[in-house]
Amino acid sequence: MAMRDETRMLLESMTRLFEDKSTKQVIDRAETGEFAADLWQVVAETGVPLAALPESAGGADAEWSDLYAVLRVAGRYSVPLPLAETMLAGWVAASAGLELSDGPMTVGPVRGADRLTVVRDGNGWRLSGKASRLPYASHVDRTVLIADGPDGEMAVALEGTGGAELTAGKNIANEARDTLAFSGVRLSADAVGALGSGVSRGALYRRGALARAAMMSGALERAMDLAVSYAQERVQFGRPISKFQAVQQNLAVLAGQTAAAVAAANLGIEALGRVDAERETFLIAVAKTRVGEAATLACEIAHQVHGAIGFTKEYALQLSTRRLWSWREEFGSDPEWAARVGSYACANGADGLWEMLTAVT
Amino acid sequence: MATPMFRFDPVELPPEALVMRAEVREFIKDNAELMKFPRGDFNREFSRKMGKRGWIGLTWPKQYGGHERSAFERFVLIEEMLAAGAPLSAHYTGDRQSGPNILRFGTEEQKMFFCPKIAAGELTFCIGMSEPNSGSDVAGTRTRAVKVDGGYKINGSKLWTSNAHRADYAILFCKMGGGGYDETDRHAGATQFLLDLKLPGIEIRPVINLLGEHHFNEIFLTDVFVRDDRLLGREGNGWNQLTSELAFERSAPDRFLVLFQMLREMVRMAGPSPDKATAAALGKLIAQLATLRSMSLSIAGMLQDGLSPNNESAVVKDLGTRYEQDIPVVARQLFPTEPELEAVETYVSMIASSTMNAPRFSIQGGTREILRGIIARGLGLR
Repeated sequence: MAMRDETRMLLESMTRLFEDKSTKQVIDRAETGEFAADLWQVVAETGVPLAALPESAGGADAEWSDLYAVLRVAGRYSVPLPLAETMLAGWVAASAGLELSDGPMTVGPVRGADRLTVVRDGNGWRLSGKASRLPYASHVDRTVLIADGPDGEMAVALEGTGGAELTAGKNIANEARDTLAFSGVRLSADAVGALGSGVSRGALYRRGALARAAMMSGALERAMDLAVSYAQERVQFGRPISKFQAVQQNLAVLAGQTAAAVAAANLGIEALGRVDAERETFLIAVAKTRVGEAATLACEIAHQVHGAIGFTKEYALQLSTRRLWSWREEFGSDPEWAARVGSYACANGADGLWEMLTAVT
Repeated sequence: MATPMFRFDPVELPPEALVMRAEVREFIKDNAELMKFPRGDFNREFSRKMGKRGWIGLTWPKQYGGHERSAFERFVLIEEMLAAGAPLSAHYTGDRQSGPNILRFGTEEQKMFFCPKIAAGELTFCIGMSEPNSGSDVAGTRTRAVKVDGGYKINGSKLWTSNAHRADYAILFCKMGGGGYDETDRHAGATQFLLDLKLPGIEIRPVINLLGEHHFNEIFLTDVFVRDDRLLGREGNGWNQLTSELAFERSAPDRFLVLFQMLREMVRMAGPSPDKATAAALGKLIAQLATLRSMSLSIAGMLQDGLSPNNESAVVKDLGTRYEQDIPVVARQLFPTEPELEAVETYVSMIASSTMNAPRFSIQGGTREILRGIIARGLGLR
């Protein structure tokens, strides 16, 4: 499918923006725990974080597939912002008619086992439970959560982290992953709303997994680019190491894994909103599984090609590989999603396997 | 970014391809007894049946027996047949690479003579490329053609020629003998011929593979006289033509579906609700297959647009053969059994066959190392 002009222009402008503004210096500073507020400001000005929302909710009715393509570019440049989280928080909150923020937002739960509940309390609500390792929670203007309510799952929007007990944490890319505990925190009536159609905790988890898959496919492109460039510059035994067949063969594998990761992420992205929920789940599961597998193999090769320099803080490769090692575990690891793919296929039965693979809806 | 990235743009199958899928599934159901693992036996009658349906030379011009349909319909046709284990051998080489190469480089007479017969399922081609001392190094061919009155006299031998013993023609790759070419240029003098395998001076001997089957052959050529009008393309242009032929060979969606029936059998063995580890092991393979299929479909899209996705094809073949070689490895971990080729239990015989077939996947059609060399060249490393 040829890329639409709109998509191409969006990706080109976001690539330029991230290339200019998401520099190693900016990322290094963000990794010390200081929020990249200036970078957030320029990203927010593009309107991308809330672009998927309807115009009535302050969005631009943008295609989700375009926004996921932006996430791939963000992953390529190790953008140290809750961009995917803000997009998804907006999606959940807007579906429930809750108030949004122009600032950075986080969303949860991001772990399948976490449970939050809201119960009525007079005119308002009380929120209890735990949301583990919410991305950037300590830095956001707003936290959007999905909790079990009296009539099923409800959306909850909190100012900041809204009275939660916050335990700071971070992933190995030094991105904040903070745990919020709520023990009967009192909320006003307008902080809670019924979820719109198609929005659920399961759907959030899937879209989060796909966001990580998209970001990882971008990070893999960067790791590959660095490895191929480095191999052509680094001279040993009197010639660039890219001239050695052993190195060439490794880089060919790296290129194959990267291409597969991008293709797999695209399978999930193209499915969004275009196929039924069951098929979407299957294709997102395929994406997170395959991208995770690629990440493991590709990080190993990218580092091997770089030798010792790639193991330093000063050199940029680690910005990508530490993110890949973090993101492959977030919103479900590749083995977890692989088990879903396998369970789905087995429940569907051996004789339905081929139809499952070739189905279009 | 400076590095060239291999592009696999998402592709959606057009409606006519979905119509094709339904027709092919019906056809496979009607011929169920011919479907085998990993593929059906050499069967000219099946090929003629496919020819009658218009399913060989699907994308070729109508004037040469083709049907002018899209690369997507061909993709669907081939993937359905391969997944089912259909007996395609009698026409597949002609359909996939010999016919397209004749259409690209052949004379009008050659196109009119060969292509309609291939498309009818009447003419079987094989690939006269490898030799005892020229495997991956195809340019090292020692087979020589010498110009004589009215044609060429050819001497040499070919090895690993699948189906030569039941094929009608080979596209023979060799070099011009008798000097006149730059000896320092390894591709100089390379030439292809449309070789009638019934010509005097041709001897075909079987080479039995490790499964005990007769697919391979050795071909000996002793003073074989080939008429001028069976020269394919130009004298000395053989290397270009061969590169094109290999691109046709490698871009087919057939590098990751040989063992599909085995994967299906593993899902059957796992039952409807397997434990998590079993589900994850199967899910990993299925995710690989779904991704490979999408990449291959993207290649069909590039072919449809008239591009030559040689690097992308090498990537898919490299990943595809790795995936297929992993299938019996995962199988023996999940469902251990002592492999036996003639076992009555489907799974036991499949694991025997797939274990023994696995090594060929990363050798035929370009070894893993050659393919990775192509990919490295595509990355600008060579």
